[in-house]
Amino acid sequence: MWQVYFKELTELMRDKKTLIFVILLPIFIFPVIFGVMGLVLSSTTSKAMQEQHRYVIINAEQAPQFADTLFYHKNFKQVSTDKRTEAELIAAIRNDEFDVAIVIPSDFAAKRQAIEPTQWQIIYNQSSQFDFMFSYFTELLADFNQQLQRETLTQLNVDPAKLNAIIKPVDVAKVDTADKRENIGEKFGAIIAYILVPLCLLGASYPAIDMGAGEKERGTLETLLICPISRVSIVLGKFFTVLTTGLVGALITVGSFGIWGAIIGSFAGMAVVQEAMSAIAFTELVLIFSLLLPISAVFAALLLAISIYARTFKEAQNYISPLSILIFLPLVAAMMPGVELNGKTALVPIMNVALAIKELIKGTADYAMLALIFGSTVVLATVAIGFCVHWFQQEKVLFR
Amino acid sequence: MIEIQDLAKAFALGKGSKVSDTEKQDVRYSKTAFHSVRNVSFSCGQGEVLGLLGPNGAGKTTTLRMLSTALKPDAGSVLLNGVDVLKQPVKARQQIGFLSADTGLYGKLTAFENIAYFGRLHGMKEAQLKQRIDELFTLLNMHDFANRRADNMSTGMKQKTAIARAVVHSPKVVILDEPTTGLDIMTVQTVLDFIKGLKAAGTPVIFSTHHLDEVASLADRVVVIDKGISAFSGDIAQFRSLADNGDLRNAFLSVLQGRVNVQQQGAA
Repeated sequence: MWQVYFKELTELMRDKKTLIFVILLPIFIFPVIFGVMGLVLSSTTSKAMQEQHRYVIINAEQAPQFADTLFYHKNFKQVSTDKRTEAELIAAIRNDEFDVAIVIPSDFAAKRQAIEPTQWQIIYNQSSQFDFMFSYFTELLADFNQQLQRETLTQLNVDPAKLNAIIKPVDVAKVDTADKRENIGEKFGAIIAYILVPLCLLGASYPAIDMGAGEKERGTLETLLICPISRVSIVLGKFFTVLTTGLVGALITVGSFGIWGAIIGSFAGMAVVQEAMSAIAFTELVLIFSLLLPISAVFAALLLAISIYARTFKEAQNYISPLSILIFLPLVAAMMPGVELNGKTALVPIMNVALAIKELIKGTADYAMLALIFGSTVVLATVAIGFCVHWFQQEKVLFR
Repeated sequence: MIEIQDLAKAFALGKGSKVSDTEKQDVRYSKTAFHSVRNVSFSCGQGEVLGLLGPNGAGKTTTLRMLSTALKPDAGSVLLNGVDVLKQPVKARQQIGFLSADTGLYGKLTAFENIAYFGRLHGMKEAQLKQRIDELFTLLNMHDFANRRADNMSTGMKQKTAIARAVVHSPKVVILDEPTTGLDIMTVQTVLDFIKGLKAAGTPVIFSTHHLDEVASLADRVVVIDKGISAFSGDIAQFRSLADNGDLRNAFLSVLQGRVNVQQQGAA
């Protein structure tokens, strides 16, 4: 068995495609993902925050204090216009003459004197997710409202000591029980599993195809079958090679995830990610790897069984493609809101591993549940290996 | 000594596969199976070379695969020096050196590594293995490309490597499926000389071929397989005598055309 194992490994180490899928891809996928995500987020956000919005204010004389505040705000730049009606203002914004129009009613000052409510209008195009203009405006208006409230209450001879309690009778102090790591884990934990699990499959796919269908196509299988070693030894030698490549891929992926997550977090201004990453202990990375181990064995056995059945490399690729799609179903299910790790989901293959990885990243993993997942996946892997060994002894499979 | 008696092998036809009208005329087709080998019997003694002849698709490769234990016969028996390949396949494999019709080499391994891998699978010790490989490299003129990967070898180099791999463990029985197909004259000569060397060493050799000149120069015995049966089995002189002028081509055609009913004629 080990002769087969070491020979297969030697061949794979000399194969460029294997090196790309098993070593290079896992090493570079996380820096690329983190880097691109960080750069896009930080550059888009900072650009949006620094943007200056051109505005017009209609009937500014009705609220000179607000008009002045807006005029001196660094994110707003006043432009002049002769447009007055709502339709004209909308058309002007669409023609990119300015970005926002603030319409103060012409009787605002009078109504304020009479202590009557009024409604202002803000006309703008809210198409960008990173548009901070409306939040700037809301903030300014809230301050202005508070200022007007104070003036009115003072006019009504309200005790100045009680002004704060009247203006804001209830304030809320938010105490979040979820720490930053839990928050990050909830948001990104499933995505990490979404990357890790398929990489285990990807790392094992090419070697599996090469060792089954590839060997048939090259005509080496027949020669191997007439060597004085049992077919169980041959298939186990091949299985352990496929498993090794899958696990090396997973190990590099987990290591790459841990190292690059911490490094890039600081470079790309994603301090929260860096903080969350530093909270994930080495033990948790080992546990993630331990969960990937049996699921990689399942993948290795299935891939090898498919590959042995196929007549050619191409036929094997055709059979394996649907499998690659199938494994995404439980991974997507694990990402659904409200799907949590419990006694039932812990027994759903792949989904259970994805959910467990999420829990480990959040730092809220239940170790009994992890043991259940590990155990159930080991049972599944054993069955898959048994099937693969049985399959490899079938003449109708080997000589189709 | 190789003894084959009443060997038969059928392959189930896939569900939905239709047998054409031409195939219906072929006695090897039934509704559910293709009887690739129906009844093949022959023997090959120590130091004998047996030429296995037959048209394409006659059942030669299936017969050789059963001999080599790659396929399990449905009926009949194969004894290799008294070892029943059905009952003791692993023991039988230790005695067999088999060269398939494909050279069947691992492209990323060198000639040395390809041969050494199979030597190790046959349980050879490292020192013994190195000595044997060196011996084979000399016999087959392979020293120049010993460290070249199979992917970068010529057809002749690959065939020499495949032959060396087949005999690295000094098998007691050698089976070669079309060993000279597609080779240049020089390499063919090397292969033929190598087979003569095996014969001289007392090793029984079975080789399938379409080249009657090779049969003429090497074979002690001839078996013609046609439509899954051994249509002729006898020594080379008996085979020659099937044609008026002793021409092997005519003898072969006479067997195929059914002019001579020679089933088991001259069987040992």
